[in-house]
Amino acid sequence: MAEFEPVLLARINKPDSTSLASYQADGGYEALRKALGMSPVEVTNTIKDSGLRGRGGAGFPTGLKWTFLPKDHPGPIYLAINADESEPGTFNNRVLMEKDPHQIIEGIAISCYAIKSNTSYLYLRYEYGQSYRALKKAVEECYAAGILGKNIFGSGFDLDIVLHRGAAAYICGEETGLIESLEGKRAWPRIKPPFPAIEGLFRKPTIVNNIETMACVTQIMKRGIEWFKSIGVPPDPANPRDAGSYGPKLYCLSGHVNKPGVYELPMGITARELIEKYGGGVPNGRQVKAVVPGGISMGFLTAAELDTKLDFAGPGKVGCLGLGTAAVVVIDDATSMVDVLFNCARFFAHESCGQCTPCREGTDWMRKILQRMRNGKGTLADLDLLMEVSGSIGTIPGTTICGLADGAAWPVKNAVKKFRSEFEEYIKSGKKSVDPGAHLVGAH
Amino acid sequence: MSGTQSLNGAGPANGGGRGVLSEEIKEQIRGLYPKYPTKRAITLPALHLVHDTYRQVSVEAIREIAELLDLHPSEVHDTMTFYQFFRDEKAPLGKHRVWVCRSISCMLRGGEELLAGLCDKLHVKPGDTTSDGAVTLEFAECLGACEGAPCMLIDEDCHMNMDQAKATQVLSQLA
Repeated sequence: MAEFEPVLLARINKPDSTSLASYQADGGYEALRKALGMSPVEVTNTIKDSGLRGRGGAGFPTGLKWTFLPKDHPGPIYLAINADESEPGTFNNRVLMEKDPHQIIEGIAISCYAIKSNTSYLYLRYEYGQSYRALKKAVEECYAAGILGKNIFGSGFDLDIVLHRGAAAYICGEETGLIESLEGKRAWPRIKPPFPAIEGLFRKPTIVNNIETMACVTQIMKRGIEWFKSIGVPPDPANPRDAGSYGPKLYCLSGHVNKPGVYELPMGITARELIEKYGGGVPNGRQVKAVVPGGISMGFLTAAELDTKLDFAGPGKVGCLGLGTAAVVVIDDATSMVDVLFNCARFFAHESCGQCTPCREGTDWMRKILQRMRNGKGTLADLDLLMEVSGSIGTIPGTTICGLADGAAWPVKNAVKKFRSEFEEYIKSGKKSVDPGAHLVGAH
Repeated sequence: MSGTQSLNGAGPANGGGRGVLSEEIKEQIRGLYPKYPTKRAITLPALHLVHDTYRQVSVEAIREIAELLDLHPSEVHDTMTFYQFFRDEKAPLGKHRVWVCRSISCMLRGGEELLAGLCDKLHVKPGDTTSDGAVTLEFAECLGACEGAPCMLIDEDCHMNMDQAKATQVLSQLA
C-alpha cells in the first residue's frame, strides 16, 4: 500500500501556515463558499452521509448529532467547540490549532451554517497559549476579510466566533461540564436528558463538537463523501450497531517510543504498525509492556494485543473502553505497572469535579490504595478492593452523572485483570517505588 | 471585608479610588458584555483578566467583579475556587508561573524527577513561590505536549524535551 498522504496535517509544516493568505493560496475557504451555496440541510446530509464520527472521544456520528436539534427553532442555536483537550497523552487538537487554525475556523463556519447557528464559542484550555494566539490572529484576519461577521461572502449568513479560555480543569472536556463552565459556573456536568441539542448553552439548543472533527468537516466539504469513505474501516456487517470508522485520524504517539508525534493515518491502523513503523519502536532495546490505546481513560493493551486495530471498534474487542482520543502511550518493560496505574489514579482523583460522591471518593480511594502499594504496604486483598471500587463508580454501574469515573475505573480494571501477576509479585515482594518528590510535602 | 485588609499587588493601578480594579480592567470586562447573552458567562474571562494583571484575585476584587457582572460575590467566589487555578491574596502568584507536567507521558520520560529537581533547585514545594517572588512552581496535569515529554509551561509558552539542565537554563533567562 502506498504511503498515506496527510490531509488534515497537510499544511502544518508550511512556512506561515497559520496566515489567511497562505491558507487561501491553498484553496482555503472554498469549502465554506461551496457550503454556503447549498442549503443547511444539504450540508448536514453531506456530513451525515460521510459517516464522520466525532473525534473527541465518544465517536458519536457528527451529522446525526446535528439532526437532533429541534426543527424550525427561532434561535439562537449555539455551536460550542470543545478545545479543552486534556486527556493525558492527547495533543492532536493543539497541533491543528497552532499550525492550521483556519482549517478549524472554516469547519466551524460550515458547521454553524448547517445547524443555523450564528454564534460559536470555542472553549480552549488555558494552558494552550500558542493555540490561543494562533486562533485569535486567525479570527481577526477573518473578520477583516469578511469571512466572519455579517453577510459572509454575500450569502446573508452571519457568524461570530468567540474564543473562551478555560482554567485548567479536565472536567470541562465533558460537554455539559463545558457548557456550565462557559456559563460562568463551576463545571459540574448536567444530568441528561435534556441533551444539549435540546437544551444546552444558555438553555438554548447547542451542539458540542471537537476541533479535529471540525477539520474533518472542512475536508469532507472540500473533497466529498466518497473521498472520506475511501479511507478507514467500513461497518462490520456482523454488527448492525457498528457505524464504521471512516476517514483519516490523528494519532498522538508518546511515551517510550523513538519518534513520538502526531501521525495522520487511515483509521484502523494497528497499534503495532503505529509504534514500529511510524514511531520507530521502543528505545534502549526495550520491549513493549503495555500500550494506552486512546488516552488513559481507555485502559491498556498488553504486548500480546498490539495487533488491535485502532478504529472505533478495535480497542473494545480486547476489553478497553474504546478508541477515545487515539492518544497512544507506549510503556516499556522496565516500567512498573503499579507506578503507571498510580499515575492514572492520581490524575483522576485530582480531576474528579466532586459532584458525585462515588466518583469523588472512589477515585481517591483507588489513588490511596495504589499509594499504599507503592509504599510497600499493599495486600493481595487490595487488588480485589480495586476491582470492587472500579466496578462501582461511573455511568456504567449507574452511580455518576458523567463518564469521568468510567474513565477512572477503566485503567484500574484493565491493569489489575491483564497484569495481575505483576501486581501480585510486587505486593508479595514488599518492594517500594521510588517517588522523586517524596520529600516534598504537597506534591502528593 | 473592611477596607483595611491588605490589597497587596492590586494598588498602584487603581487611580487612588477605593476599588482595587483599575478602570482599564473594568473597561476590558465591560467590553466583553456584547459577546455573551448573560453577564455571568464573563466570570472566567474577568477572573483571567484580573488574575493575569494582579497575580491574585482578592476578596475585594471578587466583589468588584461581581458588581460588574450583576452577581453576588459568592457566585464569583464559587466559580473561582472550583478551578483551583486562581490565587487569592493569601498565596499570590510570582512574576512567572511555571508548570511541570506530571501526567503519564511526561512521567514515563522523567517528568516527576524534573519537578522534584526544580523544587530542590528553587527551594520550594509544588505550588509555592520563590522568596524573591520571581517564580511560582507547580505541578500540572497533562499539558498536551506529550510528543515533547517531559515538558513545562512557563506563563503562556510550552517548553518541550526538558531535562534538569535545560529547564534550569530556561528559568535562568526569565526576566
